[in-house]
Amino acid sequence: MSTVWPRLEPLLSRVERPARYIGCEDGAQSPVHAPHKAAWLLIYPDTYEVGLPNQGLQILYEILNERDDAVAERTYAPWTDLEAELRTHRVPLFSLENHLPAGTFDVLGFNLAAELTYTNLLNCVDLAGVPVRVDERREEHPLVIAGGHCTYNPEPLADFVDAFVLGDGEEVVSEINEVVADWKRSGRTDGSRVQVLRRLASVPGVYVPSMYTVTYDGPRLVAIEPRYPDVPARIEKRTIASLEDWPYPRQQLVPLTEVVHDRLNVEVFRGCTRGCRFCQAGMITRPVRERSAEQVRSMVASGLRRSGYDEVALTSLSTADFSGIEAVVGGIMALDDNITVALPSLRVDAFTVGIAAQLQQARRAGLTFAPEAGTWRMRQVINKLIREEDLYAAVDGAFSSGWRRVKLYFLTGLPTETDEDTLGITELARNCVAIGQKHQKGTSVTVSVGGFVPKPFTPFQWFGQNTVSELDRKISLLRNDARRSRGVQLRWHDPKATLIEGLMSRGDRRVGAVIEEVWRNGGTFQEWTEHFRLDRWVDALANAGLSADWYVHRHRTEDEVLPWDHLSAGLHKDFLWQDWRDALDAVGLPDCRWTPCYDCGACTGYGIEHVVASAVPPAGGSQGTGQDLSVGHVVPVSLLGRRAASAETSAPPEPVEVGSA
Amino acid sequence: MRVRARFTKLGKIRFVSHRDLARIWERALRRADLPVAYSGGFSPRPRFHFGLALSVAHESWAEYLDVDLVDDIDELTIATLADRFSAVLPTGVDCTAVAVVPSAGGISLQEAVTSSTWSLGLDGGSLDEAAAAVDALLEAHSVFITRERKGKTVNDDIRPYVRSLTLDSSYSGCVLPDCAGAACDHVPGDPGVVLRAEIGTQPRTLRPAELIGALGPMWRERRVVRLAQWIDHEDGRQEPLALPAGPLPWLRTETCAT
Repeated sequence: MSTVWPRLEPLLSRVERPARYIGCEDGAQSPVHAPHKAAWLLIYPDTYEVGLPNQGLQILYEILNERDDAVAERTYAPWTDLEAELRTHRVPLFSLENHLPAGTFDVLGFNLAAELTYTNLLNCVDLAGVPVRVDERREEHPLVIAGGHCTYNPEPLADFVDAFVLGDGEEVVSEINEVVADWKRSGRTDGSRVQVLRRLASVPGVYVPSMYTVTYDGPRLVAIEPRYPDVPARIEKRTIASLEDWPYPRQQLVPLTEVVHDRLNVEVFRGCTRGCRFCQAGMITRPVRERSAEQVRSMVASGLRRSGYDEVALTSLSTADFSGIEAVVGGIMALDDNITVALPSLRVDAFTVGIAAQLQQARRAGLTFAPEAGTWRMRQVINKLIREEDLYAAVDGAFSSGWRRVKLYFLTGLPTETDEDTLGITELARNCVAIGQKHQKGTSVTVSVGGFVPKPFTPFQWFGQNTVSELDRKISLLRNDARRSRGVQLRWHDPKATLIEGLMSRGDRRVGAVIEEVWRNGGTFQEWTEHFRLDRWVDALANAGLSADWYVHRHRTEDEVLPWDHLSAGLHKDFLWQDWRDALDAVGLPDCRWTPCYDCGACTGYGIEHVVASAVPPAGGSQGTGQDLSVGHVVPVSLLGRRAASAETSAPPEPVEVGSA
Repeated sequence: MRVRARFTKLGKIRFVSHRDLARIWERALRRADLPVAYSGGFSPRPRFHFGLALSVAHESWAEYLDVDLVDDIDELTIATLADRFSAVLPTGVDCTAVAVVPSAGGISLQEAVTSSTWSLGLDGGSLDEAAAAVDALLEAHSVFITRERKGKTVNDDIRPYVRSLTLDSSYSGCVLPDCAGAACDHVPGDPGVVLRAEIGTQPRTLRPAELIGALGPMWRERRVVRLAQWIDHEDGRQEPLALPAGPLPWLRTETCAT
């Protein structure tokens, strides 16, 4: 393997922001390749600015490089200007550490966090000089492996990715590495590619699509079944029992050029059981696994010292729910006056705003809340049980603490949504502006509206997504209403991009032909408005003889075989179906972290449990449960430090009655 | 108290912008744990001041930075600062000297520096053609180029800014003019066309790319390195902070030769 740097260097003077192609970050490793080490190129298929902060990629990068039998380098999708230069001068995609050609690695490992990056995955594989289709790859080509949340429906990419990984990567990455390192040491001889894929298929959590047969009946999917007896019929996700055992990244990458989330990030817990029905992350990452406050404090202190950052984000799906959040942030503030602590995913209540006010002496940015829906009825449907009082108290707290801007996130196109629900969005925003005006003149509230895309392994996986014209109509309702409302600024996502996200979210293997054609016609960076063109997708769908209506807008029935039915996130399908029925009846479901288990399957199926330091909801913790729920007599949590004994002895608790609000 | 740091920007790091480099220094100053003064306001920033900006893709072994401190630090500490900074700066950015400078007087580095010396490695023509282009430019009384300034197109005479311009026959291909493989593993080959230029920086600067453009459309940058910045005074000129005498342990193979 030899570096492409001398060929790349002259090209870099001609492209925008060349610093994103040089590596050299603080925290970057200097991997030394060797014949006994499997060589991984970890790829985030979007720009460096978007991909570098990705914590999942950084965690695997460190775990692999700590091993004696692995090396890992990184790369990101080159922007279109560099891509053109690379193709013109026949320079392949390269790694950032040693600037080695991507095609010389043993594994191209992709992180799939967003459906609209799928065409970039194909483009990166092609720029590596590797055939984009699985069936055209040979022994000399790297294995293409993908992980990340999108792999819970991998079928649209099944023709392009050799193996998918479901769930937490910390443990399984090493198991995969052993298989790959064996393959490399054995010389990757003729015929060995199919053998290594067969071996990978038996690693728990790994799905090798080429080992399965897909049967259709007309447009309907009938079954996805293993071709061989040693290949599992059902692939279960991987879950690490304790986040505390994995204090990664230890050396977060500090980029030389500005990126999104340019700060220290410390993951305080993984998983969320608030049970918001639209939220795929909250369903597939169960159960809740907290770090100890002590570990959080030490990761923050050492991370700040090492990186020179003056800002740290405590990340999770709902950080205000972290046990002892006040003590942790107090400890961080005591480290240094000039440190800013960011809490992404603020919970909507006054308590949370109180913490935020304590944290950010400098009111740099506005505060963002996500009520998600405009009326109480709608929020019961989606199980995000924020009362209006909670929101108004939060907004009042924000403006009275000196913030000048508040941003509210909403979804539209939700199941059972009426125009009254839609217009509830602007109604809430108007009331928030009025609250702000009590504190300061010229208050503005920004409302950001996204079209809802149903995701696999959520109760809404059966719901027919709104059409582009229906979403357009709802957005224009909101625009008209916002125009009449002083201080309400409306932003919205393009419903056309929402349509394509929906196509890939729940598409089956046949959608792969559409992705390939769009990519061949130059459709990369589809997350970027300036590069997204719906007509490319419409044409490709027509050429493949597929219907967007059928894939995206159609309600599914209970008996329908879904393209991800051979995969498992632990959740029982009948639990999800019951939750879907409850949603349609606007019946809420409490957070099982603090109330008895209702056996969704995520804990009981894998013999694991919540790891939370406090068995009671935090102060102000009613939000998300809709009421001040009492703590039941069965509390399926293990206190930190006492979790080891519990795994084998715990019988699945009885399902509890679903609470209604 | 104000301290001045001299540092390099060599190798891959040359593709980092001036703005990015400011952020890199900001983090480095925090990591070096100095009593840096902060600005007031909503969003306090450390008080430090760069000299002349360096274009993306150009290298330098004479960049400067002034840092204001809230507390004075002793001489012994100052002597350790260059190493402390280098340890927390990326490869290619090495701090080569640090000294206390008067903070009074109110004259910034950017105002004080009067000229820069550049090594301009060019592609696009032969040595003879380069010599002819240099002669033509030096013989001209005025050389006008068009620039965009504040949204308007203006014609500027750049000839007064070109204090000297010669074909550099001593250049070896290493960033250090006299290195020729001594400090690095570089095997000197034919360096091609390399010019040495001293360019005035007051009242505004002439960018190396503009000078190269004025030599003729055939010339393209291969490697552009700022070798020195100068402050004129009555008895001659001096650098804002000279390199200490002796070897240059900070110079690394990956940043010396290209």
